[in-house]
Amino acid sequence: MSERVAPAVAVRARADRTAGPTLREAFATAVADLAVEDPRIVMLDAEVGNSTRADIFEEAHPDRYLPVGIAEQNMLGMAAGLAAAGFIPFPVTFAVFAVKRSLDQIRVLIAQPRLPVKIAVGYTGLMCGMAGKTHQPVEEVSVMRAMPHMTIVNPADAVEMRQAVRAVVDYDGPVYLMVYREALPTLFTDDYRFDLGRAVTLRDGRDLALISTGPQSGRVLEAAELLAEQGIDARVIHVPTVKPLDDELILTAARDTGFVITVEEHSIIGGLGGAVAELLGERLPTLMRRIGLRDEFGASGTNDALLEKFGLTPQRVADQVVAYLAERGT
Amino acid sequence: MVAQEPYRLGDAHKREDDTVTDSSVGQMDGSEVEIRDGRTSREAGVDPRLLREMARRIRVQLIRAVAHAQGGHVGGPLSAAEILATLYFHEMRIRPDQPDWPDRDRFVLSKGHCSIALYATLALAGYFPVEELASFDAIDSRLPGHPDMTGLPGVDMSTGSLGVGLSAAVGLALGARLHGHDGRVYALLGDGECHEGAIWEAAFIARRFELDNLVAIVDANGLAQFGPAADVPGERRGPWEPGELEDRWRACRWHVITADGHDVLALVAAFDEAQATKGRPTVVIARTVKGKGVSFMENRWYWHSKVVTPDELALAMAELGERA
Repeated sequence: MSERVAPAVAVRARADRTAGPTLREAFATAVADLAVEDPRIVMLDAEVGNSTRADIFEEAHPDRYLPVGIAEQNMLGMAAGLAAAGFIPFPVTFAVFAVKRSLDQIRVLIAQPRLPVKIAVGYTGLMCGMAGKTHQPVEEVSVMRAMPHMTIVNPADAVEMRQAVRAVVDYDGPVYLMVYREALPTLFTDDYRFDLGRAVTLRDGRDLALISTGPQSGRVLEAAELLAEQGIDARVIHVPTVKPLDDELILTAARDTGFVITVEEHSIIGGLGGAVAELLGERLPTLMRRIGLRDEFGASGTNDALLEKFGLTPQRVADQVVAYLAERGT
Repeated sequence: MVAQEPYRLGDAHKREDDTVTDSSVGQMDGSEVEIRDGRTSREAGVDPRLLREMARRIRVQLIRAVAHAQGGHVGGPLSAAEILATLYFHEMRIRPDQPDWPDRDRFVLSKGHCSIALYATLALAGYFPVEELASFDAIDSRLPGHPDMTGLPGVDMSTGSLGVGLSAAVGLALGARLHGHDGRVYALLGDGECHEGAIWEAAFIARRFELDNLVAIVDANGLAQFGPAADVPGERRGPWEPGELEDRWRACRWHVITADGHDVLALVAAFDEAQATKGRPTVVIARTVKGKGVSFMENRWYWHSKVVTPDELALAMAELGERA
């Protein structure tokens, strides 16, 4: 097994992690910017252009913005046809509709022939504008991970989103790109470099490894800072590409620390926690815990209330880590 | 399980054998047919005898392949033979020696379970050797149960789950328009498949985008796989009441043409009318007979998907004017 030296990437100091543009704005702007040079890029919108900020793309490229009505199955099928005609389509809708309603189109028309459709889903994770459990796709990663040929990308902030959009355009195959709705703290400095398929270490540590994805990684980094105040030295790994998983970085973290805890705005069944458990179970059995939704749906509420309820605030993550460490007997 | 029959090509694979007898299918005039070129075109004029002969050959090849594979679908592929012959040997602008020609017309087999009819057509059109039809449904074959665009030259879109194909055709048609070329897109649907809701999502948006380069053909053979019990014991009812399907497409504001789906000249005329129709897509409701061409398969719901025995193969070949 090749040992990879993986120094922690540069992240902004806590005081500098002010809210940047929303991830949806960063997403739509990045696609629109790339489309200036790349005539293959088109965007399909299932009547949620103001919620997903597809309207930014519409303004820049009205001829390549395709409003296709509240008909997601057809939208994903059309995207496959456009891809077969040589385009790089970004169908945009809410995650619940893309994953569940259009799953058959994704499976037969996009994943099986590996067409370069970039399924960009807004309203991902728990923070869906208080829409509640109908609109919170708590099993989206589980479903898409099980889909052969599918790549899953879940950026943490606007800096990473911009680079991820370029990477998924360059990648010749189907991608599920998770686009959070909210303005979230900007984590990365401008010299950050996103590589498709690579996870990054946000903080070094020897006592345990916290592994997260999407904007939750920022909250996990804050949890690690809280833990440090109690003398607990947690490594933090951010996994922007949930599939394919960066096996080596995670195995190294497991080997170095002997205790792995995953944290995600998602069900613990089949998501990032499931992926890490599968990897460690086969290659390096390591004590682990999964923080996330425990076989339950989401709820309506403010973002803060949701994160609190499901144990995903920095403080609640830190508290659970302390409890798990006590349970282990350290 | 019947022992697997060796695959026999028979005579029907010979595209360039200049003299063939037009028999069994369509209007039987008993004349000797001269096939100089394997295709006609709008410019060169239509040769109905050639199209009828190609439909006959499609039937022969698909029945042989299904009998050889000891599985697959029969009734739906047989009902589509004239439709596919008219598309691939007259209507569509294609280059079988350059399957990825970007400006080609595209075809989407939305009723993907009738793949063997498409494979037989593509083989006879020269996309791949007719001998390869013997690999239908075999492990690692380029001819799986449902069409796979990643393997076989000439397959423009992977399909197989009913209801998804028309949306892909809409995307292809819109893609042609965005590219600024005049490519046309043809999607073949089953009448039972039109139960699927996604068909009507696609029908709505194709009309909104005014895709007059899109033609849907409904192979309206009047029987799905099973269906509700009919008044006659042992018979099953079809998927739609008379006129119901036409009403639906009209309600979606498509240009609707009803044609005899086994009359190649009627199909040519329907496709001409579609080309002349501007500002909206066209649907051709092709009235067909499930199992067409083989008397004991015609209008029998259970021939939707049934293993062909050696005796049945021999009878079918005889009816189609072929040696078994």
